Amino acid sequence: MQLSGGEIIIQFLKDEGVDYVFGYPGGAVLHIYDALFRQEDVRHILVRHEQGATHAADGYARSTGKPGVVLVTSGPGATNAVTGIATAYMDSVPMVVITGQVATASIGSDAFQEVDAVGITRPCVKHNFLVKDVKDLAMTLKKAFYIATTGRPGPVVVDVPKNITDPNIKIPYEYPTTVSMRSYNPTVKGHPGQIKRAVELLLAAKRPMIYSGGGVILSGAHAELTQLTRELGYPITNTLMGLGAYPATDKLFVGMLGMHGTYEANMAMHDCDVLFAVGARFDDRVTGDTKLFCPHAKIIHIDIDPASISKTVRVDVPIVGDVKNVLNDMSREIKASKRKPEAAALQAWWTQINEWQSKDCLRYDRNSVLIKPQSVIEKLYEVTQGDAYVTSDVGQHQMWAAQFYKFDKPLRWINSGGLGTMGFGLPAALGVQLAHPNATVACVTGEASIQMCIQELSTAMQYSLPVKIVNLNNRYMGMVRQWQEFFYESRYSHSYVEALPDFVKLAESYGHVGMRIDKPGDVEAALKEAFALKDRLVFMDFITDQKENVYPMIAAGKAHNQMHLSSERELA
Amino acid sequence: MRHIISLLMENEAGALSRVAGLFSARGYNIESLTVAPTEDASLSRMTIVTRGSDVVIEQITKQLNKLVDIVKLADITEGKHIERELMLIKVRAADKEPRAELKRLTDIFRGRIIDVSESTYIIELTGSGDKLDAFIAAIDPAAIIETVRSGSTGIARGEKSLQIN
Repeated sequence: MQLSGGEIIIQFLKDEGVDYVFGYPGGAVLHIYDALFRQEDVRHILVRHEQGATHAADGYARSTGKPGVVLVTSGPGATNAVTGIATAYMDSVPMVVITGQVATASIGSDAFQEVDAVGITRPCVKHNFLVKDVKDLAMTLKKAFYIATTGRPGPVVVDVPKNITDPNIKIPYEYPTTVSMRSYNPTVKGHPGQIKRAVELLLAAKRPMIYSGGGVILSGAHAELTQLTRELGYPITNTLMGLGAYPATDKLFVGMLGMHGTYEANMAMHDCDVLFAVGARFDDRVTGDTKLFCPHAKIIHIDIDPASISKTVRVDVPIVGDVKNVLNDMSREIKASKRKPEAAALQAWWTQINEWQSKDCLRYDRNSVLIKPQSVIEKLYEVTQGDAYVTSDVGQHQMWAAQFYKFDKPLRWINSGGLGTMGFGLPAALGVQLAHPNATVACVTGEASIQMCIQELSTAMQYSLPVKIVNLNNRYMGMVRQWQEFFYESRYSHSYVEALPDFVKLAESYGHVGMRIDKPGDVEAALKEAFALKDRLVFMDFITDQKENVYPMIAAGKAHNQMHLSSERELA
Repeated sequence: MRHIISLLMENEAGALSRVAGLFSARGYNIESLTVAPTEDASLSRMTIVTRGSDVVIEQITKQLNKLVDIVKLADITEGKHIERELMLIKVRAADKEPRAELKRLTDIFRGRIIDVSESTYIIELTGSGDKLDAFIAAIDPAAIIETVRSGSTGIARGEKSLQIN
């Protein structure tokens, strides 16, 4: 097949099995867009801002496990995409971003819409390429997908100068079915000796704790994790990124851990004698003060990225490998050992944990005359029967969604954990809805976050994406306000947004349905009404209690047993 | 502790900036860095001299290994090794007496005078960084016009080697 560079890109995407490309055209990618126009297999979703393209591709990727694909032009197209690329990088999301570039002869001349995309993105990609010869194009794209999706996944940028896609230069094209790189061979199989040591340690535990993260979801190992946990009968906590990796309604699940984790999860972390970390990276929002982290525990850590092991917390039994493989090997090893956990010790440990659970750390005022944001999430959970895909932005609403929506399945909870990118939720929800056209998709957001990518309401209209937006509107950047209340003597410096839009009218102006809800008694009915509108995007603007705070809370740099339970209940 | 990290990487544009960028982004320090192609034109060999605690050095080697362009890496200070650095130093040598003194010192340090003008010498010296420092300390500071140092390179002793199999 004789194809031009532009045609090679589109044909390659088709051969690679890509169904959606999220993008925005511009000068440097016009040849590619022309090739896109002349076919129907690869569908293009036109966003309103390149950041939206990367977040939408990200939502697509996180909810499917398949790579998200982005196509943007050079210069501002590339720089606008950077926030979304960094977001994907921090949360290890597979993504391939094709950026246009000025012609090779113009590179370095400060040409119109020229930016060093490879240089700018270098610190926030898994890898990036500049294609200098059209003959390298197909193999470079193959490598990009290979790198993005294997090992610890991540975004890969392919920068393509305009002359590489010249429609007048045609070369033979063949889809490269295989790729091998001498410099890139991720370890997927765990070391048998380490697995043996881990199993011995795990079975000898008196106060065990399983701490699992986003790696379980990325590896597709939720079933293996669930099975192993149930066999052992050990308590398990999920990180923010790991929610859904273990069913939240199961009795062994003690809730999320970390800064806004449950009392029982954090206390169990602090007191455990063996910590089994599965696909989690000991993030500072999880560990608090690393010197006071799990002071009594021997630590086992499974991670596919060797650099994640002993990065912030020294571990005793590191296992480098794919979580799914390693958990399978561990299950086999446990069976072969014919040993069981110590029943009496485990019983005593659960008695202690149940006592912590009885504190009811997530309780809030259910008789308030104002809408409590927590109650909206609880009702959202009920109305969607716990089966929605939930995206979120960043801040208080994100934490309440994580605390109160009980995710029983993986790939359902889609949020920017590592980078904490406000503006992520809405475009991500569009990507999720495209990937799952018949699924219920909710975007839990706040009035500050939603405005960072509000323009994507227009994209939602163009492609009829019936996402349900749950806007917890407290007229503050809630998490900023909360920190200012706690740590800056309530000096609310610029965390109050004046001149908010009328979100109902705003939604309507884009052609969607808008609803405003300001009484606690109306929350459930509004949600039911909104979710019954199957084919419409509904923007629900919930006017919530302005001063509600997220509890429990561990202040930055404190230990797991130094938690604030509420303004009245200081600390256990 | 001072460590010498040797690595083989794909000889591609941008590979050097990935390494340099990693060090600055993660706050690791670089004492020196040298890089040149090897006998296999597709590979470059880089030598990085860095300092850090064991934990930091472990992270540096892991993070370097993670870079897709890096094929192989070793901390050669973990075993017996040889380290060399090249220095070219231009000194004022106008009068008879300092000229003779500089010649003697150069001989003692097993250096060579590789350029002579009426008023200057250029001396070439190789050795460990310490040896080069010692030479500089031995000569009159006022005589030094210019020094150029290559940064350290190193290689493991004996059968041990850094190569792709």
